[in-house]
Amino acid sequence: MSFLATLRVALAALRVNKLRSALTMLGIIIGVGAVITMVAVGAGAQARVEDQIKSLGSNLIIVLSGNFTLGGARMGSGTQLTITEDDAYALQREVAGVQAAAPALRGSGQVVFGNSNWATQIQGTTPEFLEARQWEVVSGKGFDPSHVDAAAKVVLLGQTVAKSLFGEADPVGETVRIRRVPHVVIGLLDRKGQSMIGQDQDDLVLIPITTARKRVLGGQQVKSRNVNSITVRARDGADMLQTEQEMRDLLRQRHKLSANQEDDFFLRNLSEVLAAQEASSKVLAYLLAAIASVSLVVGGIGIMNIMLVSVTERTREIGLRMAVGARGRDILTQFLVEAVTLALIGGFVGIVIGGAAAVAVGHFAGWRTEVSVASVLLAVGFSGAIGVFFGFYPARKAARLAPIEALRHE
Amino acid sequence: MALIETQDLAKVYHLGETDVHALAGVSVAIDDGEFVAVMGPSGSGKSTFMNVVGCLDVPTSGAYRFAGEDVAGLSADALAGLRNRSIGFVFQQFNLLPRTSAAANVELPLLYGGVPAHERRERALAKLAQVGLAERAGHHPAQLSGGQQQRVAIARALVNDPKLILADEPTGALDSATSLEVMALLQELNRSGITIVVVTHEPDIAAFASRLIAFRDGRIVSDTRNAPADAAAALARRRAEAAGVPA
Ligand SMILES: Nc1ncnc2c1ncn2[C@@H]1O[C@H](COP(=O)(O)OP(=O)(O)O)[C@@H](O)[C@H]1O
Ligand SMILES: [Mg+2]
Repeated sequence: MSFLATLRVALAALRVNKLRSALTMLGIIIGVGAVITMVAVGAGAQARVEDQIKSLGSNLIIVLSGNFTLGGARMGSGTQLTITEDDAYALQREVAGVQAAAPALRGSGQVVFGNSNWATQIQGTTPEFLEARQWEVVSGKGFDPSHVDAAAKVVLLGQTVAKSLFGEADPVGETVRIRRVPHVVIGLLDRKGQSMIGQDQDDLVLIPITTARKRVLGGQQVKSRNVNSITVRARDGADMLQTEQEMRDLLRQRHKLSANQEDDFFLRNLSEVLAAQEASSKVLAYLLAAIASVSLVVGGIGIMNIMLVSVTERTREIGLRMAVGARGRDILTQFLVEAVTLALIGGFVGIVIGGAAAVAVGHFAGWRTEVSVASVLLAVGFSGAIGVFFGFYPARKAARLAPIEALRHE
Repeated sequence: MALIETQDLAKVYHLGETDVHALAGVSVAIDDGEFVAVMGPSGSGKSTFMNVVGCLDVPTSGAYRFAGEDVAGLSADALAGLRNRSIGFVFQQFNLLPRTSAAANVELPLLYGGVPAHERRERALAKLAQVGLAERAGHHPAQLSGGQQQRVAIARALVNDPKLILADEPTGALDSATSLEVMALLQELNRSGITIVVVTHEPDIAAFASRLIAFRDGRIVSDTRNAPADAAAALARRRAEAAGVPA
């Protein structure tokens, strides 16, 4: 008996019991749908993180103040600033792998233009910052070293700040007051979007670090040369590990740490942080997919159950088929094809529903989701395998019936 | 030449403590082209005999040769092939597949004989025409009368042009007029050369056979020649009477 003929016989049998066939598929539909959605959510999270790595640059290293030891007592990290502006300049000068190192001094305050005002982050830095972050100026121009030397009262606006103070108008050339100190807007920064922790990266203003220290942020920071962080970009093609090591050695030397003392700073390679985050979101999504696949197994058991019922119900039919010449393997393939067809149709419907659910999740929850070809192929393969696995026992049971007993079955 | 040849066939069923001897030593030879009626009281072993002859069941002991071939040596698949090519079955309860058209039912043996789809349909329609049901090819069993269903079953038995048709009480579920139709059809097939064995407990039906074999307690108790009555003529007579007698 040809395979096509077997397939037709199986489809006809499934059509006879439409409702039952549909209900039997439901388990597989739900299982495949859930797996497809979960994998799409996981892949979406992964893609989002990859995009962020791309936007940050994979060779960005942030230097932060670390543990500060005062008279033998270790203070918490960041309680006191241990890194300085000069550390940044030293890194820029002395570490070969460093392309740009920019110190940053941060505070917050009101920025006022006319009647509008906006509370934002104020960051004092150097021209190298834009290079380190690969941040373009879309209107006007960036800082130059003379601004820093002269503690010039100039400012670069982030998109969010510009929008809330100026709307769509070009702010370049206007004067804004930052903590009541007037600054001329010399440039508008490009849009960066959200950071990986959901912060609006465009909600800030950049001013020269000298201006920040002397005129705007003030306080005790005026006296010291300390900074909150140093943003470092390694050269393309530079060995990241080696560059990090050289940076660490230089900072330890500058901070006069003896061999048995811990670092008083942190080096954060952002792509590592992101990679860890990516890994954990991936693990979570695949864990959910694994849980969802349990329902695939339950669906498979549903198929097995119905196939067993069907074999019992159709024992006389099997006997008749054998009487007119069906061999054991014809009966085996017929029931196996029935089970696999149930599972595959369930799988296809599940893929459609799972895909739609992924799109819906993306639309309503605002998560990024990506239905991958691999997950679709996997779902098809898996449901086919479930059909074979759970259909085999009932099919073999049917095939092993003795013709006369099957025919006489009540 | 003997188409069917059995030697001391026995079939024993073990039911708890007791043994049931459904067949207790049956030796018989049936030639090509015969029309045999198997008779006997209920439980005398007629069906068991038919099942062994039809290669649906295997005897406990004894030998069976079909067309000269020893059936005992054949595998299950080989037996399926033998049934498919050489033997047609007609059952008391018709055994048609429900919710399946008459044509598809008739095609069933061809499906397992590996005949291509267009040829299957062609041959099925030809056999349905032969049993007078050309117009009912698309009907499901539930849309057909008992007599029509049995004719579909006969068409199915015929479709592979078998040597032998085995009919176990084919008229058991039919009224007397429809029974005559079925017997007339079987006689016609027998005239075309097909060997026919019919089980019946009605003497009226057995009268259409050319040989009568009677069973009792699993044994053949008589085996006689018979001048067969003509079923087609009996049917015509009956129809004429029905038309002549006012309702
Ligand atoms: N599968 C079976 N199991 C046990 N006993 C059986 C079975 N089939 C038939 N028999 C017994 O064998 C005997 C012959 O049965 P059967 O050939 O069906 O008789 P008939 O067709 O002449 O009425 C009966 O006594 C019946 O009860
Ligand atoms: Mg019987």
